[in-house]
Amino acid sequence: MLKNTFKLVIGLFALSSMVVASAGTLEDVKRKGYVQCGVSTGLPGFSAPDDKGLMQGLDADLCRAVAAAVLGDASKVRFSKLTAKERFAALASGEVDLLNRNTTWTMHRDTGLGLNFAGVNYYDGQGFLVKKSLGVKSAKDLDGASVCIQAGTTTELNLSDYFRANGMKFKAITYDTSDQTRSGFEAGRCDILTSDRSQLAALRLGLKNPSSAVVLPEIISKEPLGPVVRQGDDQWFNIVKWTLNAQINAEEMGITSANVDKHANDANATPGVKRLLGKEGGFGAKIGLSDSWAYKIIKQVGNYGEVFKRTVGADSPLKLARGTNELWSRGGILYAPPVR
Amino acid sequence: MTLQEFNHRYQNLQYRPGAVGWVFKNLLSSPFNILLTFGALYILYLIIPTSLNWLIFDSYWEGESSQDCNFDAACWVFIKARFNTIIYGFYPQEHLWRPNLVLLLLVIGLSFVLIDRFSNKLRLRAGMVMLFAFPFVAFAILHGSLFGVEIFDPIVRTEQWGGLVLTLVLSLGGIVLCFPLGILLALGRQCKTMPVVKYVCIWFIEFWRGVPLITVLFMAAVMLPLLLPEGTEFDKLSRALIGIVLFEAAYIAEVVRGGLQALPKGQYEAADSLNFSYWKQTNLIILPQALKLVIPGIVNTFIALLKDTSLVSIVGMWDLLNSAIGSTRDPNWIGYIIEAYVFAGALYWLLCFSASKYSQRLEKKLSTER
Repeated sequence: MLKNTFKLVIGLFALSSMVVASAGTLEDVKRKGYVQCGVSTGLPGFSAPDDKGLMQGLDADLCRAVAAAVLGDASKVRFSKLTAKERFAALASGEVDLLNRNTTWTMHRDTGLGLNFAGVNYYDGQGFLVKKSLGVKSAKDLDGASVCIQAGTTTELNLSDYFRANGMKFKAITYDTSDQTRSGFEAGRCDILTSDRSQLAALRLGLKNPSSAVVLPEIISKEPLGPVVRQGDDQWFNIVKWTLNAQINAEEMGITSANVDKHANDANATPGVKRLLGKEGGFGAKIGLSDSWAYKIIKQVGNYGEVFKRTVGADSPLKLARGTNELWSRGGILYAPPVR
Repeated sequence: MTLQEFNHRYQNLQYRPGAVGWVFKNLLSSPFNILLTFGALYILYLIIPTSLNWLIFDSYWEGESSQDCNFDAACWVFIKARFNTIIYGFYPQEHLWRPNLVLLLLVIGLSFVLIDRFSNKLRLRAGMVMLFAFPFVAFAILHGSLFGVEIFDPIVRTEQWGGLVLTLVLSLGGIVLCFPLGILLALGRQCKTMPVVKYVCIWFIEFWRGVPLITVLFMAAVMLPLLLPEGTEFDKLSRALIGIVLFEAAYIAEVVRGGLQALPKGQYEAADSLNFSYWKQTNLIILPQALKLVIPGIVNTFIALLKDTSLVSIVGMWDLLNSAIGSTRDPNWIGYIIEAYVFAGALYWLLCFSASKYSQRLEKKLSTER
């Protein structure tokens, strides 16, 4: 009840600030000269500082891509580190221009909080990590299992929904932080550990012996994670949406940061490539940017596949498979509308 | 030898001179104590070798990346690689001389104030400088500008401050600001001639003591920007600092009030009979005695404040503890959380322990036997 009241208050503030904020985020960003981007306070592979103190990850790189598109320089981004509780208020109050904080797109958030989701940059879902020695092959064999879980997250709700739907019982052992959850699992306090699959990889990596545990194939919830903007600023919404779409389209067309110059200078390039890279059609102007907007994104940040590989995929310690996040043409569900 | 004889001889062992006597007297004087002693020894035997092996003998010191470590013992390579993040947060790497300079000035300034070899006059002057000038100098160096005038290039925004530097800024800034405010509140609450002042102070103190610090920080960081007009620039650090100061001032006020109440009535009457004005009476007679009485309470509050600053992690600020923990969120360093806690804990302990040691010295020095 209290929680809902709080959300309502935030929603009201968001609405009222929406009415006031008529200047437009794009003009604000251009005037300021940087994109203020809300990211998580530290989530492996999505946004976490490296040894040099620079934010790295899938979410952080989407912030950079927006900065490259709008300001022509991927480094012109300032990160606000936000906790899960403060993220929507920070966006509503205008403290950040854009929220890339591992945020699940749900109907309630999309419609009830004065926010807009500008796409999906990672299709996540809740999964299970089990000890190999248990010999469990499927989540259906988990009747009566004890489950290590982080308290107060939607993970808890999804878990009980799944077990109830399958007529199974479980014992929840709740912890406060992901580190405690992991050490509880490691110490044998529970048979399985549940979390979003992108985080299971990180949790598994922190085990003394990572190969002693496996991630089960079942995914028990849909967690489409994506960038969020304030409702009521369609121009900015379009920019963020098409930044992500440009990166996905670039991967589909085989344009990478390494070969983008070749493609841009190629007189015989396909019309699709020409339109994306701003040689034809003048699509940049339609979202209030220069025609080389997508070129700059790809040149400075890379296409979606490159970013994925670098931050959470094969070139990162997390080594997540593309899976659902593969292009539609290669068996995944990543599908960006064409630039035309 | 009968049991009685044995008992008698055993009891006599404690009168032996030296270590043997001490051991028998203090550790092995009755069957229950013998049990306790050996039980405790066994527990220590279980804990100490394992921890020492983990912490020191088996630990990893050489190398640069997590490839050089294993989870079987402490990986100090992690601390080495993330040292800058843990100490300075997101401060630009090429400008670390600026926080270093501030830390150096802080150490020099504090030693002038705290070391009693220096003359009282010098110490008082140093104290004034540290209290009134140093915060501005430190801000100018760390941030790069003061009152809008750019002094250093580049400007380093407060959101980039972090780690130990942020913890020190929050706790020292909090102490410097909350102490005078707390004294004023305590005096106001004692005030008999001005009921409005008195009730405002009481209300203020009871309000801030009645809300949890987490709420204060959350309101300051999350709700306040929603209430401010659009486009108001009011950075998160100042908001958090103001919250901490108001909160801690209420506590300091109550500690000081304890000291004020402990003073014998005769001291007030003596001051009155000298025809001192209120402020003269307060500054020369009441406060010096009252504050001396409550040194343990004040230091207690300061130490608590230092540790409470770690709560700013809930509003996404990277203080010492959060930088240490956050460093393990880098995919390259996942799982080295115990090292992070041990290192941050050691630094906190060092700071708090030196503060309490110094307060003990101060108490001894100022004690006037009664």
